Amino acid sequence: MATDNDSEHQHQDIPSDIALRVKALETVLTAKGLVDPAAIDEVVDKYQNQVGPKNGAKVVARAWSDPKFKDRLLLDATGAIGEMGFLGPEGHHMVVVENTPRVHNLVVCTLCSCYPWPVLGLPPRWYKSAAYRSRAVIDPRGLLREFGVELDDDIEVRVWDSTAEMRYLVLPERPVGTEEMSQSELENLVSRDAMVGVARLSTGDRP
Amino acid sequence: MNGIHDMGGMENMGSLDVEQNEPVFHEPWEGRVYGLLMSWGSWGQWREWGSFRYALEQIDPADYLSWSYYEKWFVAHENKALETGIVTRSELASGHADAGASEPSLSPYSPPSLGSRKLDIDLDAGFKQGDLVRTRQLNSVGHIRLPRYVRDKIGEIVSDNGVYALQDTDEWGVRLGNTPQHVYTVKFDAIELWGDRGHAKDVIHVDLWEGYLEHP
Repeated sequence: MATDNDSEHQHQDIPSDIALRVKALETVLTAKGLVDPAAIDEVVDKYQNQVGPKNGAKVVARAWSDPKFKDRLLLDATGAIGEMGFLGPEGHHMVVVENTPRVHNLVVCTLCSCYPWPVLGLPPRWYKSAAYRSRAVIDPRGLLREFGVELDDDIEVRVWDSTAEMRYLVLPERPVGTEEMSQSELENLVSRDAMVGVARLSTGDRP
Repeated sequence: MNGIHDMGGMENMGSLDVEQNEPVFHEPWEGRVYGLLMSWGSWGQWREWGSFRYALEQIDPADYLSWSYYEKWFVAHENKALETGIVTRSELASGHADAGASEPSLSPYSPPSLGSRKLDIDLDAGFKQGDLVRTRQLNSVGHIRLPRYVRDKIGEIVSDNGVYALQDTDEWGVRLGNTPQHVYTVKFDAIELWGDRGHAKDVIHVDLWEGYLEHP
């Protein structure tokens, strides 16, 4: 490369294709010993294959099944979730907020995209979108309607804007008719959207 | 800064587009960008998240709204790498390190960062649960975590979450200093924030550093 004359061009263009640009930056930083591609592989694998809403569902199902755990979870979510091994980046300081027949909770990050990674994985696009971030705080009911959640006027909506280091997880109401279900059956009922607060759970035609 | 990123309460910001069975990363390069952020020293190792967020906030508003999420992340990385001189434009154009390029040394900002996690520091709290507070009218030119829609508003402290370093930066994205302080969850009535648009039953909680608050 020393002999080519690329570096003499004043207006040399960085490729416009983003995949090529990413590759170039990673390659150059790797050559200089500033990043390790294997470390990047590991991060990608972790968030693509290991960390996700299944973790949050385990927390919720356990809270439904074990009242003492639920008490700890609502009082000290970081401690209770820590017992299950689900703390980590963007989830070292957890707060769990409980839905009841009178209260519905909704989580947002208006300034960027803060989201509890260890229990929910990386956020979906809609969570990071301008539409969601702008509306969640001024028109939560209208926004929820678009998600198919219609709330009566006498239900209190509590919005949580994640502006500092606390990360929020919604504890949905346990659906009726699930009294006989095991904890692992319950886990399968819990959706990511319900734990962000944009869905409510129903058991549909389940017994 | 009063930028496009601070969008709580804005109107006409596009329609809600919910993708079913969405993959974690839509393209392989998105995963590389994410991994780069998590493993790269200048942000990951020294936990300069305020600086990273400020780099995102400085993207041109039209681009901020039209670029995909990881595109914004990538451009923030690319700008940072060029700005600090650890890569050159010619290297990014060729995709290879220049021959004879000196080994760059990244150095963390000073003062040394206390990171963003809760600190084990004993500090008197200026407010307690149940106190009414007024948010300050702060219009910082750097990164700040007091959204516009809750400035100069009356709220109630619902919890004291402990002591954290301030993440705010100056106009160059350099942290203002650790200045550890209590971070509170503050509850605002929807009507206090939005007037008639607010629903009488609804409340909005925002987590705020003590320096953003004063007695009403």
